[in-house]
Amino acid sequence: MTGRTRENYNKNYLEYVKTQDPPTKHFKNCAAAFGVGGLICCIGQFIRYMLSYIGLTGDELAGATSVVLIFLGCLLTGLGVYDRIGRYAGAGSIVPITGFANSVTSPAIEFKTEGWIYGMAAKMFTVAGAIIVFGVCSGVIVGLIYLFV
Amino acid sequence: MKKGNTVFFKNTPAILSYAAVCGSKEKEGIVGTYADITLEDDMYGESTYEKAECKMLSTAISLAIKKSGLEEDKIDVLLSGDLLNQIISASFAARDFEFPFLGLYSACSTMSESILLGAALVDGGYVNTAVCATGSHFASAERQYRYPLELGCTRPPQSQWTVTGAGGLVLGRSDKGVKVTCGTMGRVRDYGVTDVNNMGAAMAPVDGIITP
Repeated sequence: MTGRTRENYNKNYLEYVKTQDPPTKHFKNCAAAFGVGGLICCIGQFIRYMLSYIGLTGDELAGATSVVLIFLGCLLTGLGVYDRIGRYAGAGSIVPITGFANSVTSPAIEFKTEGWIYGMAAKMFTVAGAIIVFGVCSGVIVGLIYLFV
Repeated sequence: MKKGNTVFFKNTPAILSYAAVCGSKEKEGIVGTYADITLEDDMYGESTYEKAECKMLSTAISLAIKKSGLEEDKIDVLLSGDLLNQIISASFAARDFEFPFLGLYSACSTMSESILLGAALVDGGYVNTAVCATGSHFASAERQYRYPLELGCTRPPQSQWTVTGAGGLVLGRSDKGVKVTCGTMGRVRDYGVTDVNNMGAAMAPVDGIITP
């Protein structure tokens, strides 16, 4: 096979580890993610219809729908349900806006024991912080391109 | 006497008594039947998981001492560690006892390291009795090394769970009980496993597999 260098040791070992890992059930995971993700979107669409009945339109309607979904995501995280959905659905529950709500709420709950300021408030964005930083940065870059092009 | 990385003990340090505390998930498995105390509630009546870990460790130590029939003032030293920053659980558990404390950190091999060092102290005649103990908690370890418990992320099928539990034993010179005859000191080997969910692969490499 390969020579006795450190890199080769690592490569051989990692290949061996890969053979020992139980296989990921890609089809089942994809189906679960598709089903649950689609269901969340359907719920979002239902909320959108309901809100349009009370007279919201355009940006207001989109904003209000997001707010309701974020609230539901936070509530289900607080009730300890969202992590169970996530374990089953994977990307299906991470990608929608409810997943983002979950990633902010879960560290807030976890670090509440370290106090309200240094615990909950300071650690709230440990998971979502990266998304916010790169989201804002890419938003600014796209905005500048849009402005000048 | 030392041969390779293994030290051999002459004066038969032996395990006088032992005790274990484990969580509700561990109770379901094969180790559950060997635990002295099984927690119904993983918080163990405390306000945080870290405090629960500390209480489990303290309970395991005092139970092991009680089972050995020795008085607390006959114990010469406590060797203990855990998985958290500044081995905080072991340090805080040591507050509950009057004997001195030596803190150890060796991740999952903390228990075996404590037995090796404890046996060496007993064998050399530096102490008569040593208590070796280790504890960990799934929830506090998840928070320390991985993601918050409530975060809806999937665990890959090869991911392992950190034990919720604590164990302690009393070492002393005796002709009865399980004797500690030797101990092998481990080396740190990094074979490049970076998956936080696969701690077993990172910690237990087998040389025969990786050597071409």
